[in-house]
Amino acid sequence: MLQLKKVESFYGGIQALKSIDVAVEKGEIVTLIGSNGAGKSTTLKSISGLVKVKTGNIVYNGREISNKPAHEVTLLGIAHVPEGRRIFPKLTVKENLLIGAFSVKNKHVVQERIEKVFQYFPKLKSRLDQKGGTMSGGEQQMLAIGRALMMKPDLLMLDEPSMGLAPIIVEQIFDIIKELNQEGITILLVEQNAYQALQIADRGYVIQTGEIRLHGYGHDLIKNEEVREAYLA
Amino acid sequence: MLNEILQTIPQVVIDGLTLGAVYAVIALGYTMVYGILELINFAHGEIFMSGAFIGTAILIVLTGMGWVSAVPAIVMLITVLVLTAVLTGLLGMGIERVAYRPLRNAPRLIPLITAIGISFLLQDIVRFIAELQKGNYIVTGPNLFKDQISIKASSISAIFNDASIKTSFVIVLVTAVIMMIGLDIFVNRTKWGMAMRAVAQDRETASLMTVNVNKVISITFFIGSALGGATGVLFAVQYGTIDPYIGFILGLKAFTAAVLGGIGNIRGAMLGGLLLGLLEMFASANLTLLSGGVFGAEYKDVFAFAILIIVLLFKPEGLLGKPVTEKV
Ligand SMILES: Nc1ncnc2c1ncn2[C@@H]1O[C@H](COP(=O)(O)OP(=O)(O)O)[C@@H](O)[C@H]1O
Ligand SMILES: [Mg+2]
Repeated sequence: MLQLKKVESFYGGIQALKSIDVAVEKGEIVTLIGSNGAGKSTTLKSISGLVKVKTGNIVYNGREISNKPAHEVTLLGIAHVPEGRRIFPKLTVKENLLIGAFSVKNKHVVQERIEKVFQYFPKLKSRLDQKGGTMSGGEQQMLAIGRALMMKPDLLMLDEPSMGLAPIIVEQIFDIIKELNQEGITILLVEQNAYQALQIADRGYVIQTGEIRLHGYGHDLIKNEEVREAYLA
Repeated sequence: MLNEILQTIPQVVIDGLTLGAVYAVIALGYTMVYGILELINFAHGEIFMSGAFIGTAILIVLTGMGWVSAVPAIVMLITVLVLTAVLTGLLGMGIERVAYRPLRNAPRLIPLITAIGISFLLQDIVRFIAELQKGNYIVTGPNLFKDQISIKASSISAIFNDASIKTSFVIVLVTAVIMMIGLDIFVNRTKWGMAMRAVAQDRETASLMTVNVNKVISITFFIGSALGGATGVLFAVQYGTIDPYIGFILGLKAFTAAVLGGIGNIRGAMLGGLLLGLLEMFASANLTLLSGGVFGAEYKDVFAFAILIIVLLFKPEGLLGKPVTEKV
């Protein structure tokens, strides 16, 4: 479904990704783990078009998408829930959801999608008129995922959804990620919370200073000595 | 003294609201662009000026074709307003595309200086064309509305003097108010208005929501410039005589109004504009009296700016602005 082939990305003169190879197959949960500053977010941003790719290819369903503008990439069915949730603080919860369906013209379809989001996150229903910025971290994460679901994505990319959340909320979010996957959405999950991510993932990649160090099945990586030492200690 | 001030209030309010409405609509252009790009588009005053010239040119041409005497003045005005709005809208959009977009990621000072450069460019282009066509860069257009209306404020209360308004004042005020309400509805109730607010808050994330950010920025420039240009037409209708430099001081005042209301805040710009207009007219009518003859009406701007400084000392974010918070 998605292939990154020898992708290199830069911030000005600083190289953030060095010849990254990552593949995600339809229906999978794939996780990308690594410590702070390893290049996880940059990988997602390179896919969604927020960061320019200097060399290499990103192919989605047979189509080259590297360096396409972000709004066109997302139209192809790739939703990116950015690190830190990035809720629009001065838009209401409802508007935050509606903007996710910005490209959808049909009002009924939009309404159906909102109802679907409420099935996953019933809490949002009673908060529709509240400003996004006044919600708690956990609620904002749910809103951020809900907003991405409004696009009805085929591939959902999540950047550290557990960041800064209480363990019980993290549990809920991971349950929902599994559920979304069972309904047919392919997941690319970026996490520092390696243990939990590897538990729900089919496959995983370990990224370190912009390079893929290891990859394999989730349950194998959990047992891997190197991974245990560096990320699961 | 209080009595004398009270007597002039009806006229001050009418003149102040009219002038304030002009400031307010121009202030919208500054505030919208600032809200979305954090750019002070100094060329906006010149868009207003270009609108005054384009509108006057259209009027002169239509008068030459005998239209102006044949068609009701109000129909004429609406035609000119719409045509001018479209043209200045495209002008503003074009300026963004050519001059600001390539500098989107440059340090802030660079687009600012570019904007000042565009201002001079527009002044000179308009002056050049005006002199070529009319032999003089100060131009007087046809007079559309000549009547006066008198308001018997003294019949409401004996404290007040009667006020008089030119019909054109009413036209200016009503048109400006319609433009403000229209914009408010657009921004708060429509899909593209929502996209505009989203882009203003977080451009990158908006692009992840399938929003074409460049298109939203173009629309913002189009609308801001269309409103500014239409206000130029109103100005020309109101005062008759225009020159290529009217955009400078008016632009500066409108920018002040935007800051007074809280730059980036659309309703703030409206409030700031109306307040500034009222303050200025109040000062113009009463400064001599208040200062015992030391300051004349010509100090009205000083008075208005002094108020601005006082407001900003106590509320640096402007009247309706939110205190600046660090982005997470
Ligand atoms: N906007 C930026 N400008 C310059 N360097 C950046 C920027 N964003 C990230 N980097 C650098 O790129 C590298 C990878 O960052 P990132 O992808 O955010 O890491 P991660 O998400 O794994 O924590 C880091 O060295 C970081 O300092
Ligand atoms: Mg990151």
